[in-house]
Amino acid sequence: MALRNIMGKRVGIGLMGSRALSTATCDVESGSAKSINLYSAINQALHVALETDPRAFVFGEDVSFGGVFRCTTGLADRFGKARVFNTPLCEQGIVGFGIGLAAMGNRAIAEIQFADYIYPAFDQIVNEAAKFRYRSGNQFNCGGLTIRAPYGAVGHGGHYHSQSPEAFFCHVPGIKVVIPRSPRQAKGLLLSCIRDPNPVVFFEPKWLYRLAVEEVPEHDYMLPLSEAEVIRQGSDITLVGWGAQLSIMEQACIEAEKDGISCELIDLKTLIPWDKETVEASVRKTGRVLISHEAPVTGGFGAEISASIVECCFLRLEAPVARVCGLDTPFPLVFEPFYMPTKNKILDAIKATVNY
Amino acid sequence: MATAFSAPKLAAQPFSTISPSSQDRPLKIPFLGSTRKLRCLGSSRLNLSRRPSGPVVAVSDVVKAKKPTQNPSLLITKDEGLELYEDMVLGRAFEDMCAQMYYRGKMFGFVHLYNGQEAVSTGFIKLLKQQDSVVSTYRDHVHALSKGVPSRAVMSELFGKSTGCCRGQGGSMHMFSSEHNLIGGFAFIGEGIPVATGAAFSSKYRREVLKEANCDHVTLAFFGDGTCNNGQFYECLNMAALWKLPIVFVVENNLWAIGMSHLRATSDPQIYKKGPAFGMPGVHVDGMDVLKVREVAKEAIGRARRGEGPTLVECETYRFRGHSLADPDELRDPAEKAHYAARDPITALKKYLIENNLAGEAELKAIDKKIDELLEDAVEFAEESPLPPRSQLLENVFADPKGFGIGPDGRYRCEDPKFTEGTAHV
Repeated sequence: MALRNIMGKRVGIGLMGSRALSTATCDVESGSAKSINLYSAINQALHVALETDPRAFVFGEDVSFGGVFRCTTGLADRFGKARVFNTPLCEQGIVGFGIGLAAMGNRAIAEIQFADYIYPAFDQIVNEAAKFRYRSGNQFNCGGLTIRAPYGAVGHGGHYHSQSPEAFFCHVPGIKVVIPRSPRQAKGLLLSCIRDPNPVVFFEPKWLYRLAVEEVPEHDYMLPLSEAEVIRQGSDITLVGWGAQLSIMEQACIEAEKDGISCELIDLKTLIPWDKETVEASVRKTGRVLISHEAPVTGGFGAEISASIVECCFLRLEAPVARVCGLDTPFPLVFEPFYMPTKNKILDAIKATVNY
Repeated sequence: MATAFSAPKLAAQPFSTISPSSQDRPLKIPFLGSTRKLRCLGSSRLNLSRRPSGPVVAVSDVVKAKKPTQNPSLLITKDEGLELYEDMVLGRAFEDMCAQMYYRGKMFGFVHLYNGQEAVSTGFIKLLKQQDSVVSTYRDHVHALSKGVPSRAVMSELFGKSTGCCRGQGGSMHMFSSEHNLIGGFAFIGEGIPVATGAAFSSKYRREVLKEANCDHVTLAFFGDGTCNNGQFYECLNMAALWKLPIVFVVENNLWAIGMSHLRATSDPQIYKKGPAFGMPGVHVDGMDVLKVREVAKEAIGRARRGEGPTLVECETYRFRGHSLADPDELRDPAEKAHYAARDPITALKKYLIENNLAGEAELKAIDKKIDELLEDAVEFAEESPLPPRSQLLENVFADPKGFGIGPDGRYRCEDPKFTEGTAHV
């Protein structure tokens, strides 16, 4: 991926490397980098965002003491209770309130404590945030709104602390959905989301909050939205994913390598609007594609990717588009290992697709 | 500050609201069992001045007066006292055992313990019949136990075993029991309140439209102070008062919503005042005192049974442990914790029983021992129970008992070797 100049700053983009995700090589960047985990990277991004824009606010449930995942530590002390504050327990109110703030020109960074709790706010996001600019004829917009929510399985979350609702939001024209895979990506993407002139829903993989550790530059940097990244080069099959699932997929790729299957792994990063060109170019190279996500398979975002790829690359495809996703059941408690799209399931699907 | 009772305004009702027994009572009656309580808002030291009103007497006042044995103004009989004591000890011991098991890795997930709030659960639920319904939150183990769900079933559910009350599907936050009419623990705050409202409607419908004369089932909805800032709560207060539903809304105000202090999150922290705004009585009661809670509960449940409509009861209580077992509980003032620890409901009841010669130390110790043995048995049972079979994963998604668990070859899909490939259609 080429370097881009955005706002005169050097933008660092993780280049393809065959190493594990957590030590992705990158090109030259100014400034030092420190090894930190995901929640610290997000914390840094929020510090930067509030520092650089005096009209930025962070609010949500329990954010002032640092949040249940510590993503907002130190913000209230540094920027004051007028800019970093707790809201009462009302997701619909939180997001609607954020839309109002954003409509008046502020940057509202709302936190929903778990993505599972975002549904009361779904109405506000779909009916208000997504349509504000459109229906006011560009007189008003809530581009300053960014909604952050931890999503995804965490091993013991059960029905209401593990859901992946990204597919619901991908069906809404007017908002963007962004999901980072690692600390360095998270900081850059979050800053881009906050500064993007459209409302963005930013899902953070909660499994990686402490587990993912990476070298993250300490300065202010942004990563471009709507650009997918090829994080592993290959020639036999294209794998598409996002968030925490990528590390599982990468393990499957490494195993498949032992069987002589060369896998190309793409991180979508932005789900809508998604980078069709990169995925299409990769499929034209390999002729096979497999999509994997934690959300249930029916109606998951993999279906959209599959349909688009078939539309553009039908004659090039050597095998049906494979989807290795969660089962069509509510997210289970005890049965989580059976529900999840595990490395073995992906590996089996890779082999089946390549040997089609 | 007086607790408010206001006669609900009789607006156009879909059902007849005059039931034979209520015609004898005048509408404006002082609400029995209310206690007066003064709260200093915004200060960390709670200023409490208790002035007993009506027949309810503060437990500590009785203790101070050292009344003789056969006092007619005693609130409970010996049997009732022992029942209440046993139930509270069961709740406390069970939660302590949960914590132990959690730290030993026998149970997992998000577990929220009820230590300190037993008086609310016992005070209310022990007055219910089996057919009355209870809707709870994620802090539901003790509600389940008080309602009659065996400790074995609850413990197995926590361990995720197939002998649990929900066959291991629900876990800590989702205790259900159709036998005992526990319509669920809800992980999502406020989600249970509309469900309880619907259940109450069903009971009223059966009585008044289907003419099942002895169907006077009441529904209790338990929830916390944080929930009182949520839209669903207000929507349901309105519906319940509008349709005069047999429901009691019980607010377990333990002052904290994870790390958010109730006083800093609510424009008017006195939740009971929100009842009269919707046309139902709002009562505030000391939730650390099981006898006071029981008196208020009797009246509120009685109202609902007679068809007089809903009540909002705010119980001032406190949780001794953190929000969940993952919560380090660093934010709360130790002085506040100590203040409430001194008002431990179990200790208070024990004192009351002994001072009033309703029970002796030995009897109470025997109950403690019995509960310990019961819990040892429950843990053993849970450990020895089998994990749910893999076929259970696909069951109960839809009404068809096999779910989409049957593949085209007639076998369970999860036994289909393609299941592990993830390419089996489910």
